Amino acid sequence: MAFFALYFIISFLSIGIGGYYLLKKEYPEQDPLQIVNSFLVFAILGDLIFRYLMQKLPIMNIKPMLILPIKKSSLVHFVLGKSAFSFFNFMSLFFYIPFSVVLIKEGYSVQGVLGWLFAMIFIIQAINFLNFLINKNNVAFWIIAVVTVGLIAMQNFEIFDITIYSQQIFDAIVNNPVIALIPLALAVILYYLNFNLLKDKVYLDDAVSQKVKEAKSADLSWADRLGDVAPFIKNDIRLIWRNKRTKTVFLMSFLFLFYGLIFFDNPIYREKMPGFLLFAALFVTGGFTLNYGQFVPAWDSSHYKMLMSQNIRYRKFLESKWFLMVAMTTILYFLSIPYLYYGMDIFLMITAGAIFNIGFNSLFLLYAGSFNRKRIDLEKSGFSNMQGTSATQFLIIIPLMVFPMLLYWLFNKFVDANAGLIAVAALGVIGLLFKNYFMNLIEKKYIKDKYAAIHAFDQKS
Amino acid sequence: MITSKNISKKYGQAEVLNIDSLDIPKGESFGLVGNNGAGKTTYFNMLLDLIRPTTGQIKNNNIVVNESEDWKSFTGSFIDESFLIGYLTPEEYFYFIGDLRGMNTADVDTYLEQFDELFNDEIIGKKKYLRDLSKGNQKKAGIVAAMMGNPSVVILDEPFANLDPTTQIRLKQLLKTLTEDRDVTLLVSSHDLNHVTEVCERIVVLDKGLVVKDIQTSSKTLEELESYFAI
Repeated sequence: MAFFALYFIISFLSIGIGGYYLLKKEYPEQDPLQIVNSFLVFAILGDLIFRYLMQKLPIMNIKPMLILPIKKSSLVHFVLGKSAFSFFNFMSLFFYIPFSVVLIKEGYSVQGVLGWLFAMIFIIQAINFLNFLINKNNVAFWIIAVVTVGLIAMQNFEIFDITIYSQQIFDAIVNNPVIALIPLALAVILYYLNFNLLKDKVYLDDAVSQKVKEAKSADLSWADRLGDVAPFIKNDIRLIWRNKRTKTVFLMSFLFLFYGLIFFDNPIYREKMPGFLLFAALFVTGGFTLNYGQFVPAWDSSHYKMLMSQNIRYRKFLESKWFLMVAMTTILYFLSIPYLYYGMDIFLMITAGAIFNIGFNSLFLLYAGSFNRKRIDLEKSGFSNMQGTSATQFLIIIPLMVFPMLLYWLFNKFVDANAGLIAVAALGVIGLLFKNYFMNLIEKKYIKDKYAAIHAFDQKS
Repeated sequence: MITSKNISKKYGQAEVLNIDSLDIPKGESFGLVGNNGAGKTTYFNMLLDLIRPTTGQIKNNNIVVNESEDWKSFTGSFIDESFLIGYLTPEEYFYFIGDLRGMNTADVDTYLEQFDELFNDEIIGKKKYLRDLSKGNQKKAGIVAAMMGNPSVVILDEPFANLDPTTQIRLKQLLKTLTEDRDVTLLVSSHDLNHVTEVCERIVVLDKGLVVKDIQTSSKTLEELESYFAI
C-alpha cells in the first residue's frame, strides 16, 4: 500500500512542479492556470468519489475515551478535528502547493495565487466533512457518480460544457482572493453539521458501534482439485477477499493493468527511453504480485503462531502464495491482450514482463518476505495504512524493477530490442525451471527465521 | 510423555523460567498454576516450539521438540486468540484445521456433533466471522479445534477464562472425559484454583519461573493452594 501512497505523492509532486510548463508548451495561447481551473470541478467530484470508497470517519478511536472525564462534545471535536489532518487531505496538496509556487515564480499575483491555494485547501476540508455526511448513503454516491459521468459525457458530445463555469468560478477567486472565504465558510458549516449529527450519538449502540458484517461463504470446493495445497489456497482467497487491505491490493492490481496507457502511447519513451516501457510492461501484469508478495508472510501474522504449531509443511504454505501470484499474473496477462492495439512489440514486452513476474519476481518476493518483521493487523485498514512497511519494501524494488530494466536496456543498446526481451524472459524461464531448487532455499530460510518471525508478529503496535 | 530437563529461558539478564526436571506421564491431567509472569505461557510456548529454551530440552513422546516436528501430528493446542483465524467463520476454521489434521469434511461434521451442547447454538451456522464472536465463544471454538484429529497431547492455556458459568461446567466435564481412559495427556493452566483442582490430578505451582509446589490432587489441595496464594 505504501507503494501506492508513494506513487501518488511522487506523481502529484511532479505534475505540480512540471505541470505549468507542460501546459504552456502544449497550449501556448492559453493560460495554464485557467486550464487547470476549468478542470477543477472534475478533480473535486473525483476526490469525493474516491473518498466515498476509501475514507471513513474513525469514530471507533474514541471508544476507549468514553469513560474518561472528557466531555462528549470534546470527543466529537477531537475525532472530527483529527480527520482534518488525514492523509486524504494532504495527497492533493502535493499538487496544489508546488503548482502555486511555480505560479508565483512565473509572475502571477501573490495574493491571487495564495487566495486560490487557500480556497483549494478549504474546499478539500469541505469535501472531507461532506464525505462523512453522505458516506452512509448509497443514493448520494450514485447521484454524484451519475452527475460526474453525465458531465463528462455532455462535454464530450458538446451538449453542455461545465469546464467554462468551473473556470469562471476559480478565475474569480484568483482575481478576487476574498472569495476564498466562501469555501472556508462552507467547510465550517459542514463541520458543524457533522458535529450536531454526532454529538448526541456518542453511545456504543449508536455512532460508536462496530458494525458486524454477515459472513458470506463462497463455494471454493473447486480448489480441492489442486491437491494438498488446497486448504491453504482456500484460506488465502478468503484472506484476500474478507479483509479490506488485501481486497484493496487485489482490486488495485486491475487498475495497474491500465498503467501502460500512460507510457505506451508516448513517443518520448518509445524513441529515447525504451527501458521505461519495460517498467510499465512489468507493472501491467505485476500489480498483484508486487503488492501481495511483498507482505508474505506478514499477511498471516495474526495467526502465525497457530500455523507454526500445526502439522503442516511450510512448503505448502509458500506454494499457495506462489500459486496465487502466478494465477493472478496469468489472468492479468490475458486481460492485457487489448494492448495489441499499440503493436506487437508492446505486447511482446508485456509478455516478457509477465514471464519475468511469474518466474523471477514471485520467487524473489517470497524470499524477500522472510526479512519482513512487521506485524499487519488485517482488521485495521484503509488506503493510507502503511503498517508492515519498512525500508526493505523500498530496497526490494531495485532487483524487481530496476534490474530487468537495466538488463533490457543493455541488450537493447548493444544487440537489439528482441534480444532485450529474450534476456528478460529467459531470466523468468530460469526461475520457473529451477523453481523447486529456489523453493527449497526459501523454505529453509523461513524455517530458520521462524522464531524471529513469531516474536516480531507478536508485537502489537 | 513429556519430559523437560534443565530448561531455562532468559531475556537478557532476566530469567523468566527455570525448571530442573519435570516429567508428565502419559494420560495424566496436569495443571499449571501461578500468578501473572510466573512462566506458564512461556512453558507452553516452549512445548510447542514457538520460543526456544535458553538451555535444556523438552521431549514430547521422546521427540525433542525443537529438533523434529513429528510431535505436531499428535499434539493439539490452544494458547490464545492468535490461534484463531479471524476472517474465517467457525465452520471454515474447523474444516481448515481438520484438513491439516487429516480429517475430511464429513469427519469434521461428525466430530463437531458431540459439541452441540458446549456450543449452545452460538458457534455453528451463525454467519459470523470468528473475529466478530465474543471472547468466550472464540475460546470455545479454539478449544474444540485443539482436540481435533485425536491428539494424544492437548495443551490449553487458561481454558476457563471468559467462559460463562454453564460452559465452564460443561468444559470441566468434557476435559474429565477426555482423560478418562488415560490415552490423552492434558496440560492446562489456570488462574482459577477451583476449576484446576477439579479437573487435574496433579498440580504444579510456578512462581517467577520456578517450580515451587508439585502436588497430587487430594481433597486438601484446594485449601493448600488457597493458603499459598493468600500471602
